[in-house]
Amino acid sequence: MSRLRAALAGLALTVSPLALHAADDAVTSFTLDNGMQVVVVEDHRAPVLQHMVWYKAGSADEPAGASGVAHFLEHLMFKATDTLAEGEFSSTVSANGGRDNAFTSYDYTAYFQRVAADRLELMMRMEADRMRNINFTDENVRTERGVILEERNQRTDSNPRALLSEQMNAAQYANHRYGIPIIGWRHEMKELSMEDLRGFYDTYYHPNNAILVVSGDVTPQEVRTLAEQYYGVIPPKPDLVDRVRVAEPPQNVERRLIFRDARVAQEYVSRSYLAPERDPGNQETAAALTLLAEVLGGGQTSYLTEKLQFDQQKAVFSGAFYRGTSMDDATFDVVVVPAPGLSLEEAEEAMDVALAQFLEDGVDPDQLERIKYQLRASQIYERDNVDGIARRYGAALSVGLSVEDVQAWPDILQAVTEEDIMDAARMVLNRNASVTGWLTRPLAEEVN
Amino acid sequence: MIRLFAALTIAIFASLPARAEVDITEVTSPGGITAWLVQEPSIPFMALELRFRGGASLDAPGKRGAINLMTGLLEEGAGDLDARAFARASEALAASFGYDVGDDSLSVSARFLTENREAAVDLLRKSIIEPTFEQSALDRVRAQVLTGLRSDTTDPDEIARETFDRLAYGEHPYGSNYRGTLDSVAALTRDDIVAAHRAVFAKDRLYVGAVGDITPEELGPLLDALLGALPEQGAPQPGPADILIEGGTTVVPFDTPQSVAIFGQPGIAQDDPDFFAARLLNQVLGAGGFESRLTTEVRVNRGLTYGVYSFLVPRDHAATLQGQVASSNDRIADAVSVIRDEWARAAEGVTQEELDAAKLFVTGAYPLRFDGNAPIARIMVGMQMLGLPIDYIATRNDKVEAVTLDDVKRVAGELLAPDDLHFVVVGQPEGLESSVAN
Repeated sequence: MSRLRAALAGLALTVSPLALHAADDAVTSFTLDNGMQVVVVEDHRAPVLQHMVWYKAGSADEPAGASGVAHFLEHLMFKATDTLAEGEFSSTVSANGGRDNAFTSYDYTAYFQRVAADRLELMMRMEADRMRNINFTDENVRTERGVILEERNQRTDSNPRALLSEQMNAAQYANHRYGIPIIGWRHEMKELSMEDLRGFYDTYYHPNNAILVVSGDVTPQEVRTLAEQYYGVIPPKPDLVDRVRVAEPPQNVERRLIFRDARVAQEYVSRSYLAPERDPGNQETAAALTLLAEVLGGGQTSYLTEKLQFDQQKAVFSGAFYRGTSMDDATFDVVVVPAPGLSLEEAEEAMDVALAQFLEDGVDPDQLERIKYQLRASQIYERDNVDGIARRYGAALSVGLSVEDVQAWPDILQAVTEEDIMDAARMVLNRNASVTGWLTRPLAEEVN
Repeated sequence: MIRLFAALTIAIFASLPARAEVDITEVTSPGGITAWLVQEPSIPFMALELRFRGGASLDAPGKRGAINLMTGLLEEGAGDLDARAFARASEALAASFGYDVGDDSLSVSARFLTENREAAVDLLRKSIIEPTFEQSALDRVRAQVLTGLRSDTTDPDEIARETFDRLAYGEHPYGSNYRGTLDSVAALTRDDIVAAHRAVFAKDRLYVGAVGDITPEELGPLLDALLGALPEQGAPQPGPADILIEGGTTVVPFDTPQSVAIFGQPGIAQDDPDFFAARLLNQVLGAGGFESRLTTEVRVNRGLTYGVYSFLVPRDHAATLQGQVASSNDRIADAVSVIRDEWARAAEGVTQEELDAAKLFVTGAYPLRFDGNAPIARIMVGMQMLGLPIDYIATRNDKVEAVTLDDVKRVAGELLAPDDLHFVVVGQPEGLESSVAN
């Protein structure tokens, strides 16, 4: 225990209240000879760690016509390899008291295990094995296709909100694959084949297209030694494909969708605007948009909440959202759930009046200061959850940002001015690059 | 500081059970309030968990949803602050206060920085002791609750949950949604909310866990400042619930492509000497991730679902064993049939290999729960509510290890009753019909 105590004492001495970079102090990064990136986030308070491998491959990297293959592959990664029987990966993690799972997004697919700190070697041995050695069988493909179709049933087809969101994305992106659902279109999912899976796996699952992120009770040297032994021996793919994504044409038409479904109990209006993402070395605009979302709709004291919920009482809920950690253009979203008795038309008008008024009023400096103070505090709270720090790095590196970009981000957020936020607002709140969606009940019901 | 495993062998399959050790200190304030504390000075903040036994089950007759609505109003105006001023104050401190209520307790989960601890505690005190329950806030939050309740009426999961609970617990508070109904919530007055506050918040049902950058000497006065003004006694707790559900199937027709099923039967109380045997049995049956029998048979081998689980629900006044599954309308009957078969098979017991794997998971996963200040504070409050000793964490895995294959076989025979298993299915399931009139 003396090593742990020493580490703790060191932390306690170097951290001053609300100092920036508090969370990043625990982060080390390096690259293996075969090109695999490694990030280590240390926290020695408890002998537990999380081991993650992120592949720079998500649904937006799928070939046309094979939507859902990235996610389908994620499921099949739990099947047999040359040395692991079907199901043995997860049962071994469980037998060691751990939890494992995986997730697929537009820009990445990640696999993780939470285990006792002395099980890192075992996790690396198994994860490195399945990077190149999964054996697909027709039987696996057939039964697991049933599972992903049921997953689509559960997540999307049973949920009117998810169905509207899927259609809004499809309308937002005319050309880019962010317009296609991560889980896939049902008709394409049904046809996904062994060849589709094999093709995606062989194209993207290589050490030089992957990022290892280990967080918890571990040192960078321990991670390096084991990573070189297990991941370092896997040859890199020499002709790794560039992730060249198609660009959107200029967006100059406002799009409007109405989704009517008998299962809708609570109507709402939602709008998405095409918005720039965080770019390497150029995150200022994304930082301003991040703060704009907070100022406009981030909580109880946000602008839309004040106007629509407290002052006018036209909404029971309102919010604004922006997630800039993305390879290509993201969206800035605003949603309003109307108060009882108000139509969607009235709710949307109230929303637009409030947005226009915001462009005249500007940012309340006290509110901005509170938001920035909370961001500084989050650097302290985050040290209690190093797995969260690990996910932040994994996602950022997967979309092409650098460790330096991630570490610069808190300073960039703090440097955003009221004027920056208003510039970002005038830029992003462009109806011609927007999709407005109404979630409502079927027409027939309105007759009653 | 937090110390978990004392020792772990490197060997993979022959590992000793992991031992979790957490240094808990019992602190009694000058005013007589008891808390369990883990000091963790390395990060300058603390997590504080308060729990009040009874929760929404203390709703007065005809006032269903009052305690839930009251809970939602705690941070919507308190002391000299209206809702917006309160929100601004907590944001300015970068403190977070969470208020949550369920069938058995109301919980307050707070997190605040060392550098403004006194101000944060004073703000939290206002919300607990001096909420104003202004009519405008009441109407606004009521509208939000009603929005949620309206959404529930077309949510298959919620329909299944409400139907199962009604069939299982009848007139007991567990038998209805603690958030109330559209009618009951619409009728609530400010007086009802004040009465709900008075029913729940009292010292005779309070449990406290604290983890973080604070000493016992500092915690005592903090507790008195925060909670000293609470009344000694609150409303009486409800009595035990009879479990009324019997074997069979209830279909609730609903137009959706995928049917949702909640199934269950009587369960086992958490203070039952056989609880860990049941816990291990359920690990094999349906709690384990990819390894459980239900997941293996329904998902992995047949691809009938994305997820199927079983879980013990040992509440204060009734214990059940429940499960959940979702399958498309043309396949749910197959899923139900496989689950019934697995239920019957598990009633015969499990294999030594399955029991060993379940023990490895249940003992190995335990130390992994202690992964942050707030989780540790929550665990300590849960231990106090169950009446567990302060040194329980270090001994818990021994109790799991002590369970034998015969214990599990005996408990499986006593607990799992395939004939008593009832399925509530919401959707348009092909080949399934209600066995009894709803």
